Parts: sequence; C-alpha cells; structure tokens
Amino acid sequence: MSAKLVQKLDRVVIRFAGDSGDGMQLTGDRFTSQTALLGNDLSTLPNFPAEIRAPQGTLPGVSSFQLHFADHNVLTPGDAPDVLVAMNPAALRANLRDLPRGAAIIVNTDEFTKRNLSKVGYLESPLEDGSLDSYDVHPVALTSIAVEALASFTDLTRKEKERAKNMFALGLLSWLYTRPMDGTEAFLKSKFADKPEILEANLAALRAGFNYGETTEDFAVAYEVAPATMPAGTYRNVTGNVALSLGLVAAAHRAHLPLFLGSYPITPASDILHTLAGLKRYGVATMQAEDEIAGVGAALGASFGGALGVTTTSGPGLALKAETIGLAVSLELPLIVCDIQRGGPSTGLPTKTEQADLLQALFGRNGESPVAVVAPATPADCFDVAVEAVRIATTYRTPVIVLSDGYLANGSEPWRLPRTAELPDIAVEFATEPNAVDDKGQPTFHPYLRDPETLARPWAIPGTPGLEHRVGGIEKADVTGNISYDPDNHDHMTRLRQAKIDGIADSIDPLVVDDPTGHADVLVLGWGSTFGPIAAGVRLARATGARVAQAHLRHLNPFPANTGDVLRSYQRVIVPEMNLGQLAMLLRAKYLVDIESHTSVRGLPFQAGELADVIATAVASVSDVPLKETAK
Amino acid sequence: MTTDLGMPSSGPGAPGAHGTAGVPSLPDGTALTKKDFTSDQEVRWCPGCGDYAILAAVQGFLPELGLKRENIVFVSGIGCSSRFPYYLDTYGMHSIHGRAPAIATGLAATREDLSVWVVTGDGDALSIGGNHLIHALRRNVNLKILLFNNEIYGLTKGQYSPTSHVGQVTKSTPLGSLDTPFNPVSLALGAEASFVARTMDSDRQHLTSVLRAAAEHRGSALVEIYQNCPIFNDGVFDVLKDRTEAAARILHLTDGEEVGTAETVVVRDDRGSLAVVPRADADPARIVRHDVSAHDPSAAFALSRLDSPDLGHVPMGVFRNVRRPTYDDSLREQIASARTGEVTDADIDALLAGRDTWTVGA
Ligand SMILES: Cc1ncc(C[n+]2csc(CCOP(=O)(O)OP(=O)(O)O)c2C)c(N)n1
Ligand code: SF4
Ligand SMILES: [Mg+2]
Repeated sequence: MSAKLVQKLDRVVIRFAGDSGDGMQLTGDRFTSQTALLGNDLSTLPNFPAEIRAPQGTLPGVSSFQLHFADHNVLTPGDAPDVLVAMNPAALRANLRDLPRGAAIIVNTDEFTKRNLSKVGYLESPLEDGSLDSYDVHPVALTSIAVEALASFTDLTRKEKERAKNMFALGLLSWLYTRPMDGTEAFLKSKFADKPEILEANLAALRAGFNYGETTEDFAVAYEVAPATMPAGTYRNVTGNVALSLGLVAAAHRAHLPLFLGSYPITPASDILHTLAGLKRYGVATMQAEDEIAGVGAALGASFGGALGVTTTSGPGLALKAETIGLAVSLELPLIVCDIQRGGPSTGLPTKTEQADLLQALFGRNGESPVAVVAPATPADCFDVAVEAVRIATTYRTPVIVLSDGYLANGSEPWRLPRTAELPDIAVEFATEPNAVDDKGQPTFHPYLRDPETLARPWAIPGTPGLEHRVGGIEKADVTGNISYDPDNHDHMTRLRQAKIDGIADSIDPLVVDDPTGHADVLVLGWGSTFGPIAAGVRLARATGARVAQAHLRHLNPFPANTGDVLRSYQRVIVPEMNLGQLAMLLRAKYLVDIESHTSVRGLPFQAGELADVIATAVASVSDVPLKETAK
Repeated sequence: MTTDLGMPSSGPGAPGAHGTAGVPSLPDGTALTKKDFTSDQEVRWCPGCGDYAILAAVQGFLPELGLKRENIVFVSGIGCSSRFPYYLDTYGMHSIHGRAPAIATGLAATREDLSVWVVTGDGDALSIGGNHLIHALRRNVNLKILLFNNEIYGLTKGQYSPTSHVGQVTKSTPLGSLDTPFNPVSLALGAEASFVARTMDSDRQHLTSVLRAAAEHRGSALVEIYQNCPIFNDGVFDVLKDRTEAAARILHLTDGEEVGTAETVVVRDDRGSLAVVPRADADPARIVRHDVSAHDPSAAFALSRLDSPDLGHVPMGVFRNVRRPTYDDSLREQIASARTGEVTDADIDALLAGRDTWTVGA
C-alpha cells in the first residue's frame, strides 16, 4: 500500500457536487455503500434539482450529495462539509457558502473554462484570484486525467470517456479516506454486465483515481475513520423510501395479507412504487393508477376484498386522495396512506423537504373524519413505522397516514436488520360467522357491531357465505350499518369514530423523555425527520453544560397518553418544525401549554448548530448555571 | 418482437375463458332465485323511475350465473342509480362520486374469485369519473360496468349531464345547455373497450340478453342502459318504447346479420361512413353486416355514430365483443410466475438484508 502518512479522524463530512449529468448521486451512493461496509455510522443528504437536466453548467443544474460518517453515533448529514468535491464552477459557486474556512475543496479544473465561469457569473477564475485562499484547495484535472487513463479504449468516444470522470473522483476519494472499492466494482459489474467496454472503462477510471491519490504530490495524507461502536447485529445501509417499502412488505407478511399498492408517480414518493413493483416474487401487487384518486381508490377496493391496501404519494396527491380517505373512515377498513412530504403549497419544491402536511393529514377532509397519523424519525425508522402503521390499520380498521418526507426518503443510514419472526404479531382475523340474530331469531350479520375493546368493526370480506352486506359513505346506523339519517345516530357514530381513534393511545408506548441530568427545565419536542438535527443540537447544547430534555413524537394522532403530563413538567417547551408551527398549534390547542415554536421552511433539514443556539438561549433564560462557549 | 405477457394457456385467465371463470359456482343441483338477491332494504327511487326495471332485471338475471351469492360484488359511485347495491343481497359498496371503476379495479385485481359489477350514472361515469372509466376500459379489467343513462343529474335534482343534448333546458341551463354531449358508446370504443353494448330499462328481455353477454365476456364490459327519469327528464326515450316508433328507429345489432330495421338498412359509402337508407335503395354490396368480434373497432365506432339527438336511428345491442388479456389476470399471472413458493420468514429476512450487509460482533 501507500507509503504516505495515514491520519486518523473521528468524523468527516463530504459533499459531492456537480452538474445533474455528472452522476453525483451515484458517486455519493457508492461512496456511502463503501463507508457503510467499513462499519462507520453515517447519515446522507442528497440534494438535487427538480429538473431532470437543467441547462448544463448552470447554478440551477447543480446536484449534490452529502455524507457524514464517523467512528461514533451520527445523527445528521452534518451542518458543514469538511470536504467539497466540485466538478465544475457552478458546483463550487453553489456550495461555497456552506463551507467553513479551512475546508478542503477538490476541484475539477478542466471545467473551469471562460465559458463555464461566465455561466455562473465568475469574472475571473476563483482558482486564480485568491478568493479561495482560506481553503485547502486541491486542483485536479479530473476529466483529462480520466480520459488519458482510458487512452487504450479505442472504441470509446471522448464523450464516453469523459463520463467516467465521476468514477475517477470516487477512486480518488476512496484512496483519500481508505475505503475499500470491491463493493463498487461488484456494483459496476452487475450494472454494465451487457456493456463490457463501458464496464472496463469505469473500472479503469475508478482504479486510476485511486492510484492518482497514491502517487500525486498534491495529497500528502490519507485518512482513516475507524468503525463506530454499534450494537451487535447485521447491518445494511438503507434510505427511508426503501425502509418504508420493506416495512410494508414485512408487515403484510406478518399480517398474512397480500399487499396491494395503488399509486401515481410523484417526487419524492415514486421510489416506493419502483421498489414495490420489483417485489412480485413476494406476492406484492402494484398498480400505477391514472391519478392519485384512482390509486387510493384501488387500494381501498383491495382492502375491501381483504388485502392490505396501500397508497403512496406526496402532499399534492394527499390533497387529491382526501375524499377517498374520508370514505375509508366511513367504511372503517384498513388503509395505509404514505405521504412523503415535500415543500408546498401547490407544486412547491418537489425535490426539497418540508413537514407542512401535518394539519392536512389530520384534518384535510370534509366532516369529522379522524385517522391515525404516524411519522418516522430517521430513514431506518421508516421500517418500524410502516409496521406500526399496519398494526394500527388492521387492528382498528382505519386509514393510517404515514408522514415521511424528502429528507428521510432519500437520506440513508445504517440499519440493524430485524428478524422477521420477531416483528410484532399482527395476524388478522376476518369475520366468518354471523354475529347477531334478527327479529325472527335467525342468525344475521351486523357489519358495524364493534369489538368492545378496540371499537373496531368486523372485517368481513366478499366470498364469506352468510355475511353479505353493503357498506358506503352514507351515514350508517350503529350496529346494523343500514343507511341512517337519524340525528342522534349521526351524533353517536361521529363520536364513536373519534373514540375509536382516540383509543389507539391505549396501545402505544408513552412519550419517552431523554434527560440525562433529570433536572432539565427546557424540553425540545419534535416529530418526524427533525429527530436527527434536534438530537444533534441537544448533544451540542449539553456539551456546553446546558440541561435540556428531548422527546420525539412518533404518533401524531392520537398522541401518547402522557403527552400532556410531559409538556407540563417543563418551564419551556420548544418545538422545532419544518413548517410554520403546526405541531405547536395542535399541542397548544389540546393541552393549553405555552409551546415555543421554532420553524424553518428552507427545503433543507435544520442545522444542529442552529438548534443548539436556540436551546442554549432558552436554557440560559431559566437557569442560573452559566454555559461554556459552544463546543465545536 | 412479441412480448410474452405470461398469459396462461388454461385457467381463468386463458384466452376464451368465461367472464366468471375462477368464481365459485353453486353446488350441482342447487340454484338461487330472484328473492335470494333481494335485500331487506326499502327501495327508495321515485315512483316510475327506470331504475326499478333495471333492478328487477338484474335480480332476475343473477341466479342464471349459477355463482355463489357471496362471490358477487356490486360497487357503485354516487347518484340515484348508485343506490343500486343496497337493494341487492350480495356484497356491495356504495362509494364516492365517480370513483367506482377505480375501487372495483383494486378489488378485481386482488380477488380472482369475485364477479365484480359497477353501477354508475351518466354524471358519475362520464363527468366526475370520466378518467377512471376510460382507464378501466383501456386496462380491460374484468368488470361489468352498468351505466344508467338518464341524460340528467337525478340525485342533485335536475342539472344537465354530459349526455344531455345541446339546448336542453335544465335547472342549471335555463337558456339551454351549450356543451356537446358524449356518446357513451363512442367514448368507450375510443377508450379501447373490449365489450360495449347498449340496451334499455324497459326492454327486460333485451336487457337480460345484454347482461348475459357482458357476464360471459372476460374483461371490461360497458353496458349503456337508457333509463327514464320521470322526475327531471321524463320521456326522453319514449319514442324507443312505442312499438311502431321503435320498429322504425332501433337498429338491432346481431352478429353476422345486416344492420337495419324492417324498412331500412345500413350501408357503407366509399369513405367508410355509414348511412341508413331505405332497403329498396340499398346497393346489396354496400350493406353492413355486423361483425361483433372485428378486431378493428372502426366499424363498431361508425355504428355508434348513427345516433342522433332526435333518436332517429339508435343502434341497440352489442357493438363490440373482442378478447384481449385482462389487466387483473395479467397482474396475477406476473405475480404467479415471479413466485417461487410460499413466502417464508427467511425469504423476508433475505429481502430486508439486500446485497450489502456487514456484521458487528457482540
Ligand atoms: C364529490 C361530489 N361532487 C358532487 C356530488 C353531488 N352529486 C351527487 S350525484 C350527482 C350527479 C349524479 O348524476 P348521475 O351520475 O347521472 O346519476 P343519477 O342520479 O342521474 O342516477 C352529483 C353532482 C357528490 N356527491 N360528490
Ligand atoms: S330523480 Fe329520477 S333517476 Fe332519481 S330516483 Fe327519481 S326518477 Fe329515478
Ligand atoms: Mg343521470
């Protein structure tokens, strides 16, 4: 191996940035995979434009992928990169403001032409005008070295060779951070199995990048980040969308129900459709519907027939599904609705994250139509939340909305694999026998006779003799399910449907508070994807001596039974959200507690440092213990 | 290159299979009656509504299928017509406005053992639910779609519908409606429907024969049923109910036979357009014989264009009945051929693990 110095680091944040056509997402993915296999803990943040190919070399066309990896527990993709790989001037310009002074920048000098510079408003090359003096700049002619390394590939055009520059960059970074490349080599071999020439070229570029690092004078040191200590087990790296897909499949398997997905493509939810469409082997049926309404309709039809009906979408699609979800509330059938939130309103920011659909999920339907709402906290948690959603939907015969978001959907982290046999037992029993007698003493079936404990009604599926019945969206008489316009009955049924959803609280874990000192006066409470940034912010604040408690809501409707008690035990409660204060509003209304809302809707997750400051200010206001300078 | 859709050569999804193949039949020697299909719910349509006749015809026809009652499902949207499932003692769902075809698609796709029927109105199917209707037909889901066409919105008390004729005065068009109506048969043919028929509420025998043909067809069957709404659009189809008028106007579609009435016949001109001419004037070489299973839908489409708002000529019967793979059979077949047996916990464990795992020791 290299005779060069190897230095140990405890954590690194790398951002790969380039043009949409430069393959930065793939490069980041591969580097992540290599890093995961090394046993580092990690968290990723892909960030790409909504356009498939914005004009080449422009600021709107910049696509990036950030990875934070460490020898210890990692909570976020990192506030600021230690290293930026900039494949062109646009990538440099778009990302420079996020770099702290002293950060390393690896730039592809080949792209720093007059034309490319002027496309993004550089009058002079920043590589030459001294504006990057406070950074550790490594200029590398990435494209031309890669092309040169492929000189022997005479059948490839120059353009094809240039395309391998991302693999060259990946090779270089793999050397720099001592990452094994076998995983990527195997990946390339399967990806280009039927294009041997392209495969060889990519492999050659990858190795050339690695060798370049080893031989060039420009990189004096390589780095190592030791594996993190993680609980024993088998791990893989997983994105939120994949974890959610797998969770649905595993839950359907545990419930002994066939899984049916009705869905209409929409960013950032489409990958769930893609993933599940590839799982026919596991009995998964997927249908790309003509629109979101048909997607949820088909899912509900499948549920009526005894399948686990699922639909996946983002905010605009959830709006379209509202009426059908209301029907499912009335039919009292299981239905899973996954909303992978993105920036809104309207088309909003399709590829950016936000959590502003909370109130839509809770209330975005006509009439009193309560549904259960759950939200995953991290990419891997999407698996557990999917299982929990299925448990609630099948036990209580209700729609459940899962609120993930773009950050969780595309971000990834190591996931300790569960054992399928140890997942919750959620086997479903369909009704098979009459459950009442009619006036003539004959056995009969009452589709709205409820389980006294859960208030769930029987799930009697077509094909069951003797239980023929009709359901519909018109108000039903209690017990018999016949059409009823009776005022008292409607009042009663409305309250019953609400009581059923409220009763779910009896089956969920209480809200757990993390407060190592046991004496915190300030609580930070979050929901959904803000978990990582909040935990990282809390960690920073605690490092300065701040006494702060953290809690995170997985169930948004109903809330855990002890939520009010928890909120009332703190002098100040801060709720950070990527919306304008939706959870805060719910908590204030329900518990009459003076919640402090801290919000941001920039399409990006919170930064840990920003939250640490908010926490520190709050803690200082209620505590007499002086805090140390913010730890870096 | 041809694509192997993985269609089975035998079983419910096989070419030539009956529409109800895969749905359990009653034990030999047993049969159900009309009464078995009558629910205990009081029927609440207005007196004289055409929906009564359709209900009676359907209840009378269903026993003929010889299927287990519990394996029959009616799904409807919203409208007077969509109350239909409540009155049938089968499984049923009265859903939301326009969405029945989508809901029924999910049900049919996951339950091969059900005979799934959709009941819808002209507003439900062609206005708010137009998108779902055309896509269900295009996919050829094994659904029998009964479209009750009364050329009006009944339930909301008399606004014009997508089949109301231009100039129709209704509550929402006091000076006459402005929009060109849909011809449901033409629309269905344009949407790649594999089975399209038209019949009428008052002709029990014809209605039953069309229901029979629809039930036999494997795939989407769109059946337009002219239905009288005595309250908001009374008598629009009266000329077709008068014996002599009907004889002069209705062009009965019978496979292999000339299309026409006793006095008239349909001929095709050089450009392929159809016209109804007195038999005496018709060039025998140009007389149109109905070919219900013609692969090319243009002839069926041309027949559907013979309609006119004054009901001068109205083709009735099955316009098109062709076989092509159904969406639900094909989906099941894709799953069946991908499967390698019962899915075990170990299979799921392997799925969760994916290809790149690492192990952290205890
Ligand atoms: C989303 C929605 N929009 C509007 C309505 C009101 N609505 C109920 S039925 C109907 C029209 C029904 O007409 P049609 O389908 O022709 O059925 P008919 O009553 O004539 O049988 C309308 C507009 C509704 N129920 N839901
Ligand atoms: S309004 Fe018309 S369609 Fe509706 S029930 Fe009355 S008669 Fe029938
Ligand atoms: Mg109507």
